[in-house]
Parts: sequence; C-alpha cells; structure tokens
Amino acid sequence: MWVYQKSLEYPARVRGPNPRLAKVVITQYGGPDGELAASLRYLTQRYTMPIPQAKAALTDIGTEELAHMEIVATLVYQLIRDASIEDIKRAGLDSYYADHDKALYFVNASGAPWVASYIQSKGDPITDIHENMAAEEKARSTYEYLMQLSDDPDATETLRFLWQREIVHFQRFGEVLDLLHDYYSRQHVFEMKGYDPDKFRQS
Amino acid sequence: MDPRQKELLMRIMELEFACIDLDLYLATHPDDTRALQDFKMRSQELMNAKMEYELAYGPLLNYGFGTNPGRTWQWIDEPWPWEINWRRSGT
Repeated sequence: MWVYQKSLEYPARVRGPNPRLAKVVITQYGGPDGELAASLRYLTQRYTMPIPQAKAALTDIGTEELAHMEIVATLVYQLIRDASIEDIKRAGLDSYYADHDKALYFVNASGAPWVASYIQSKGDPITDIHENMAAEEKARSTYEYLMQLSDDPDATETLRFLWQREIVHFQRFGEVLDLLHDYYSRQHVFEMKGYDPDKFRQS
Repeated sequence: MDPRQKELLMRIMELEFACIDLDLYLATHPDDTRALQDFKMRSQELMNAKMEYELAYGPLLNYGFGTNPGRTWQWIDEPWPWEINWRRSGT
C-alpha cells in the first residue's frame, strides 16, 4: 500500500503568476518524459524483476517519482493560480483553459494527453532497466530545456533539484543493471563431478 | 502557516531527503554498513522531528500512521503541501 505524507519532497516555489512557464513545465507532469510516466513505468516493471535489489530500487524510485509529480503539479498550480485571463491568453494557455480552467491535467507542452505508450514494461529485466536509464536521460534533458526556458529563478531552483534527481536515479539503475548482469552470469545449476545420469537408469 | 511550523516542516523535509537518498543507495548497496549507520541516525532524527511536529500541528501521515493529538480530525487542516508558499520572504 501507499501512505500519503502531507509535505513535499522539496520546497517548490515560484516568484509569481507565469502561465507561459506553466505551459511548458506541465510536460513534466503529463508528457512523454514526465513524472507520471516515470512513476508508472517503474512501479509496473517491478513485479517481474528477478533480484531483490531491483525490486527495491524500482519500488523506491517509482515512489519518489510520485513525489516529483506532486512537486511539478505544485509548480504548475502556483504559476497559474493567480494569473489573469489576459495573461493566460497572452501566454497561449487559453486552449488549455477552455478544457481545464486552472485545474491540473496530464498533458505535454503542446497539449497532447498522456498515453500509456510513453512507457514500456517488457518483462526482460535487462531490457526494462535499459528503458529506465534512457528515461532518466530524457527527463534530465527535458529539465535542462525547461531551465533554459524559465525566467523565474525560484522555479529554476526547483527544476534544478528535479534535474539532479534524474542523475542519481540513472546511477542507481546503472548499478541495478550491473547486479542483473552478475545474476545472469552466475551459475545456477551445480553439476556433481563424476555424475553419470545413465549409470543407474532403470530400464 | 506560522514560522515555527514552517521551520519544523522544513527540517523534516531536509531529514527526509537525506533518508530518501540513502534509501536508494542502500537498495543497491545493502551491505554498506556505514551508509546503513547513517540511515539509522537520520531516520531516528526524522522520527523525533515528526513526533514533535505532529504533537503541535497534527498528523503528517494518513491512515493512522500519524498522530492526531487534537479533539477534532486534524488531517483536514490546511495548508496542503501544494498551497504552502516556500518563498524565502513569503509566509
């Protein structure tokens, strides 16, 4: 089960209303390399992992991604909460407003809704961990583009925290990959020397 | 949110972040006794800070994992995490 804690993982902050920035940051909420995709990807892959370290890493990183989703939601919410209709129109957020007002919805920066095909759960543990390492790289790149686009130093600080976490998660998945390679190269069947299966076979 | 509450919550967030990061490290290094020692220390500090916070301001966790010292159901007390203004000058 999951338990909710009434605090953010990082004190997300913004300087003031900025619907233009909200329009792009929302891609880390419901976009292809966003936090919803990340958490669901890891939490659904963990069932078929063969080693305990992989099950733990996917559970814990998947759970941390849920906390990141909440941080991104907080950024978007605070960036649009006090924005005027004029600001929203000027920022090009009017099409989003028409469908969602100032509510949070899972879309990418151009408004396309979240789809499950953003993620994969392949069953082959090596394949899945490679997918996750690529996902962390893609999310890192996205945070870099968002920091370039941000004109709010407080929001940039929060984006930087999330960016750093991608790097840590990439490292952990790399270690999981190593452990999986160890696991698969290890011998699992032990043959007895001099054992001849035909010797005492009943005819 | 009063400054004392905010300060204590920030302390909890800092300790918890240390625990999260150590937790992830320990997933792939379960035999690292130094990291485990670090984790145990931070986690104890975190538990103490949470207890102090909950006794003063109500539960941080739902489903009975937190403490509700008041006479009413304090879980519903605002602000919720996304409503807090963490700007350094803010309230």
